[in-house]
Amino acid sequence: MSDLTLTTAAATSPEAAPRTPPASQIGLRGWLRANLFSSWINTAVTLVLAYLIIRWTIGFIEWGVINAIWSVPENQTQACRDLRGVGACWAVITEKHRFILFGTYPYEEHWRPALVCLLFVGLYVVSAMRRFWRWELALVWVATLAVIGVLMWGGVLGLSYVPQERWGGLPITLILATFGLAFAFPLAILVALGRRSKLPAIKALCVLYVELIRGVPLISLLFMASVMFPLFLPEGMNIDKLLRAQIAIILFAGAYLAEVVRGGLQALPKGQYEAADALGLGYWQKTGFIILPQALRLVIPPLVNTFIGFFKDTSLVLIIGIFDLLTAGKTAIIEPAWQGFGIEVYLTVGAIYFVFCFAMSKYSQDLEAELNRHRRR
Amino acid sequence: MSQSTTDPRLLRAPPKRKLRLSWADERVRGIVWQVVVVGIVGVIVWWLWSNTVHNLEVRRIATGFGFLEREAGLPIAESLIEYSPTDTYLRALTVGLLNTLKVAVVGILLATILGTLIGIARLSRNWLLSKLAALYVEVIRDLPLLLQLLFWYAILQGLPGPRQALNPVEGVFLSNRGLKLPWIEWQDAHSFALLAFILGAVATWLYRRQALAKQMRDGQPRRIWPVALGAMVALPVAVWAAMGAPWTVDWPALRGFNFRGGLTMSPEYFALLLGLVLYTAGFIAEIVRAGILAVPQGQWEAAQALGLHPGQVLRQIVLPQALRVIVPPMTSQYLNITKNSSLAVAIGYQDIVSIANTTLNQTGQAIEGIAIIMLVYLTISLSISLFMNWYNAKIALVER
Repeated sequence: MSDLTLTTAAATSPEAAPRTPPASQIGLRGWLRANLFSSWINTAVTLVLAYLIIRWTIGFIEWGVINAIWSVPENQTQACRDLRGVGACWAVITEKHRFILFGTYPYEEHWRPALVCLLFVGLYVVSAMRRFWRWELALVWVATLAVIGVLMWGGVLGLSYVPQERWGGLPITLILATFGLAFAFPLAILVALGRRSKLPAIKALCVLYVELIRGVPLISLLFMASVMFPLFLPEGMNIDKLLRAQIAIILFAGAYLAEVVRGGLQALPKGQYEAADALGLGYWQKTGFIILPQALRLVIPPLVNTFIGFFKDTSLVLIIGIFDLLTAGKTAIIEPAWQGFGIEVYLTVGAIYFVFCFAMSKYSQDLEAELNRHRRR
Repeated sequence: MSQSTTDPRLLRAPPKRKLRLSWADERVRGIVWQVVVVGIVGVIVWWLWSNTVHNLEVRRIATGFGFLEREAGLPIAESLIEYSPTDTYLRALTVGLLNTLKVAVVGILLATILGTLIGIARLSRNWLLSKLAALYVEVIRDLPLLLQLLFWYAILQGLPGPRQALNPVEGVFLSNRGLKLPWIEWQDAHSFALLAFILGAVATWLYRRQALAKQMRDGQPRRIWPVALGAMVALPVAVWAAMGAPWTVDWPALRGFNFRGGLTMSPEYFALLLGLVLYTAGFIAEIVRAGILAVPQGQWEAAQALGLHPGQVLRQIVLPQALRVIVPPMTSQYLNITKNSSLAVAIGYQDIVSIANTTLNQTGQAIEGIAIIMLVYLTISLSISLFMNWYNAKIALVER
């Protein structure tokens, strides 16, 4: 009781009333002091960095916006050349953006690859939402990929036929990445299970596959696909270049994804395996119902990171001459009139890659935070 | 490890069961599965192999590595060893291998330094610095490496010619012919000084080991830096001075249409190195940051409470613990740099992939060419893995 009176007395006495901290410690001033000017060395770093950032930003805006040329008449690029190093020539993008995005696909049919890109994006968005993580999602994938095939090839439903040699640009990048993933992922799960298997011959095969693929660069696999695959097949049988590159990418991604999945299998407590055995489940029941659902959930963030790396790596098909987004960008500036405007084109193509990769990376970070929520107290 | 606590009766082997030829027997199922899988893989491999042999016969391509002895006739722009187009393919491939190693080793070194700096900058208490580092990491990691290489190469090609070369510092020229740096004229004295430095470093290391062993016995810390200074600085300088202290700097200078003298970095090499280092540094920065964050705050506080000064805290308490987290992912980044250096082929730097590719186009020896590329990279990957595994085992936590 006496405690209570004391507290009330203290609260009412003017000296003990809650006082606001000095103005230098709170609000904007406090924040600036703590984060930018806490010591003389920090102040120096802040000032130097601020100077550099402002200078570079102004320089970039002058080059990219103020002095830039947005369009030129009829491939007359002399105005752009006079401004080299002073202003950007975005006219190359204005002129070539259709080519960079869709390659040599027939011009009046460009709505088809555009729709395909939208379908791919829609597929990614739906797959990213946790409420759709059900087995029906696999059906959605099959259906969407079939529609994409119809749209790209045509030849049915009144769509004109477009041979594969004329495909190019962003749809090729998305096709290589998506189909690569759709096939590499099941392969990776099998290989990861095989590597953890007790059967020595299967384990040896899986280890050999994974280590062999991970030890060599993707380029060597792509070269193999472009020059050696034709030798592997019986005479007269030939598969086209895009499919060969796709197979190389699947084999490559399979090995890397298998290692990620294996990490999940190893992280799962042994008790889960034993409990499944104790229930009398067979190997495939145990794996399908108990182990994989938990193991895959554990490795979703690293899986998404691998997907990002793998999306970027599809650009390597440039080296064997397949017409993906980057190749289209590089080809757009081969024409003499547009030679030397690589910086503008690569910045634009880079922005497209960045949007996809950044979205995936943000998604993976959010997902990681959400999946780890139960671990935090 | 728990053998001492196990009931000795349990250590006896379980009774041997007879193998029953039935699907219910786990071992029978295992054997059948293995036979089936190995059989399928074997059939596929055999099918591909017989197709290949048949195709090679039809196309009259002779297999084997005999072509390595033939004259290559392919020009190579930059080479660490003597090379001319009349040399053999074997020599050309060796040049390519050395070029790969040149970019990989320098790239690993520079990427480690830059990545560590950026990783530490990201943890800085300066808001601007940490945000800038975070922005760098996010942007660089979300763009394909090949695109970055092409971008840097386009910038280097867009630079003015040698006559209008950029000259940021005295003696350094940047033009569309590459980067020119001043370099000392290499003489025997320099080689011997370098040798003395290496011997000095080994001697310092041995001394340090002994000093630490003695410290373990009597608890007295011993100074290492005087020995290090003497063996690694004074000795090489003495050797160099004894041999006449030659010191001629080779300044690059414009002669006619190009530069003479100095150290040259071709635009191809420079773009490749720049792209690889900037790209990989983004990944290394994240690894370093995670490693430092993995050391609990309490470790810093406990070390300070023991009265260690900040340098000691970092060197003896924090770094050894952070390295345990850092080394394994760092290994895969080093492997990545080496493998990614193969993108050189896209901008015309003649590394092993580029030269093997030209070789297989000229000779038609596709299988041998690809096999050489794969063998080289497998060997490099394996060596880096073995070295880093050894280093990792050395710094691993020793528990009881």
